Amino acid sequence: MPKLIISELNKVREKRLAELSVPGLIQILICGGTGCHATGSIKVKDVLIEEINKRELSKTVHVVETGCNGFCALGPLLVVQPGGIFYVKLKPEDIPEFVEEQIINNNPVERLLFKDPSTKKRIAKQADIAFFANQMPRALRNKGLIDPENIDDYIARDGYKGILKVLKEMNSEEIVDQMMKSGLRGRGGAGFPTGMKWKFASQSKGDTKYVLCNADEGDPGAFMDRSILEADPHCVLEGMCIAAKAIHAKKGYIYCRTEYQLAIKRLEIAIKQAKDYGLLGKNILDTGFDFDIEIYQGAGAFVCGEETALMRSIEGKRGMPRPRPPFPAHKGLWEKPTILNNVETFSNVPQIIINGGEWYASVGTETSKGTKVFALSGDVNNIGLVEIPMGTPLRSLIYDIGGGIPKKRKFKAVQLGGPSGGCVPEHLLDTPVDYEEIAKVGAIMGSGGAIVMNDRTCMVDMARFFMDFIQDESCGKCTPCREGTLRMLQILEKICEGKGEMKDIYKLEELSHVIHQSALCGLGQTAANPVLSALQYFREEFEIHVKEKRCPAKRCSALLKFEVDPDLCKKCGKCFKSCPSEAITWKKKEVAVIDKEKCVKCMSCFDKCEFGSIF
Amino acid sequence: MLPERHMEKQKMTCSMKSHHEDITDEMWGKINKIIDDNKKIPGAIITVLRECQNIVKYLPVELINHIADGMNIPQSEVFGVASFYSLFSLKPKGRHTIKVCTGTACYVKGIREVINRIEGEYRLKEGGTTADRRFSLEGVRCLGACGLAPVMVIGDDTHGGVAAESVIKSIEDYK
Repeated sequence: MPKLIISELNKVREKRLAELSVPGLIQILICGGTGCHATGSIKVKDVLIEEINKRELSKTVHVVETGCNGFCALGPLLVVQPGGIFYVKLKPEDIPEFVEEQIINNNPVERLLFKDPSTKKRIAKQADIAFFANQMPRALRNKGLIDPENIDDYIARDGYKGILKVLKEMNSEEIVDQMMKSGLRGRGGAGFPTGMKWKFASQSKGDTKYVLCNADEGDPGAFMDRSILEADPHCVLEGMCIAAKAIHAKKGYIYCRTEYQLAIKRLEIAIKQAKDYGLLGKNILDTGFDFDIEIYQGAGAFVCGEETALMRSIEGKRGMPRPRPPFPAHKGLWEKPTILNNVETFSNVPQIIINGGEWYASVGTETSKGTKVFALSGDVNNIGLVEIPMGTPLRSLIYDIGGGIPKKRKFKAVQLGGPSGGCVPEHLLDTPVDYEEIAKVGAIMGSGGAIVMNDRTCMVDMARFFMDFIQDESCGKCTPCREGTLRMLQILEKICEGKGEMKDIYKLEELSHVIHQSALCGLGQTAANPVLSALQYFREEFEIHVKEKRCPAKRCSALLKFEVDPDLCKKCGKCFKSCPSEAITWKKKEVAVIDKEKCVKCMSCFDKCEFGSIF
Repeated sequence: MLPERHMEKQKMTCSMKSHHEDITDEMWGKINKIIDDNKKIPGAIITVLRECQNIVKYLPVELINHIADGMNIPQSEVFGVASFYSLFSLKPKGRHTIKVCTGTACYVKGIREVINRIEGEYRLKEGGTTADRRFSLEGVRCLGACGLAPVMVIGDDTHGGVAAESVIKSIEDYK
């Protein structure tokens, strides 16, 4: 592949667009994200290609493996273009019928289409499904539409137009100015204005500067960055390249979790293709601008998502944070001026440059502009990746897009911001997605993990879960975080075991404030948030654990008796069938009995019982 | 404890020999090549440890010391890095590693019960290995496959929607 010069990029775009607009061409876009791979999409794709070849359709029917489509719970899935017909939960044996009916006869196969959980009706078109219809894709604009391993596909959808524009007609101040106008704030969670960060770094003195991309997505329940990297790696590269031009950097690193092997593989391919085209490396598009990107694999430490710790890690040291100032914009990686932005932040940059900062800021609220990507999971019908305009109420995210709570359970809370965040209960669900508004109710915007919890979730247990996480991931450098979170965890465990006292609850609050005020980095300072927010909205649950030695949600196994209430038991036998250790005896029309000797307290029966008769 | 003589030796060449029962001569050859390829790159120690662990499957102290000498970094510093990151294991692993996701979505959907079941069935604790080195059980942070929660990974196979009552059946396929 010869290196391109400025005038040739458009030719590549036009050529690819012409290839895609051949009359009669059918594209089958099969999702190749991690979620779909795990449910068997590779096998489905192989069978599909075999079937297409067998019927000699390969000239007019193209099978494309895309990145994550977003609707992860329904994999393996595919979309047929033109028409946008959406197929879900495919099995290899479904493929011959699919090809015969959909591809040859243009007749959608009813039983393989998406079934709306509320109306029970099948919906053929992707655009008509509420999950997609209520979204506004910007960072995810190419999701599920392009082959992430083909740079031409990206270029065809206005890819690398942003870098072309900055190289041709913009200087550092103009780029920073557009970023400031866009109002884009750090999507990793803290929400620092991106333009401001770039401005500081561009004004810093020094010949060597670095652009870092934080892909060390560590919050449990968050998979936005992974999906972006898997679906559209080039937009992140382009965003970094624009940042490099703004701050005069020549070298960039993507710090990616080593668990994200598919994302790393696609990034490697993308970097190679971009280099082959002369869009990365020395003398980009023959304009004299140099910028190179390297992938650095993390080694499994949550704290490395903190900027100074991440830089230590790239330097090959223990990933421990250091006090700021000096800020990384002045002294960062190897003591050189550095900017660090999150994957989602970078993926927004090319569009801002192409369409202008004002275009980006036209959506959103007073202080939070543009859109935000969420990874919606937990007890919600439509699990997956969603992008919504800032200002959308959380209720709309969970009910309109998420499709509500499955199995007719009751909504209890949605957890935002992972171990640094908090939960938002039912009565505050009309809170809009906005950095300040979410902070007001005791949670944080965070990186975008949104975990929905139903009435079977114990909030004391959740607080214990997050504290266990933080305690395990605390790097140990500062005492408040190392010792304080351990003490909090011990107290929470005591309460979960039914050994808590009322003074323990006050101790939790006191410790929370001390840790918040004295910890070294963001991880420690926000470590107590999940506990404080649980105490704020679900204090009575803590008190019931302490005073009555009872877990209302029936999750804390030490407080359960593993007995069946004969009055509530409907004698259905579901618990009997679910028991792995044959501890339950049951006959038709008789109340089930649990043998405590044999019971392994696995809680399978609790999950299966619809009548709450086991206590 | 290791004398200065040792330090001098590695400065000249990286083909020095160390010994360990789990590391064959062929493995040492690959390890030395990794060290040679990376010793001039600043900050490459994590990459070297990862690649060496891919060969040996864990990082015995002898290997850590060998890498430290080869990279010309104090042994204490390399041990500090190896023990800091959860990716690195200082103890041998089982033939199959069962990774259970302990992210929030999996937790909400009942991974704790699945872990209890595995621990009970194979008499091992999270982070441990069975006596016959058949299985290691690891709790891992969110795998980002929340759509399939609760998730368990054995080798390269991802098992979604696992449940306490059926998990042993899936595991038994791995001999």
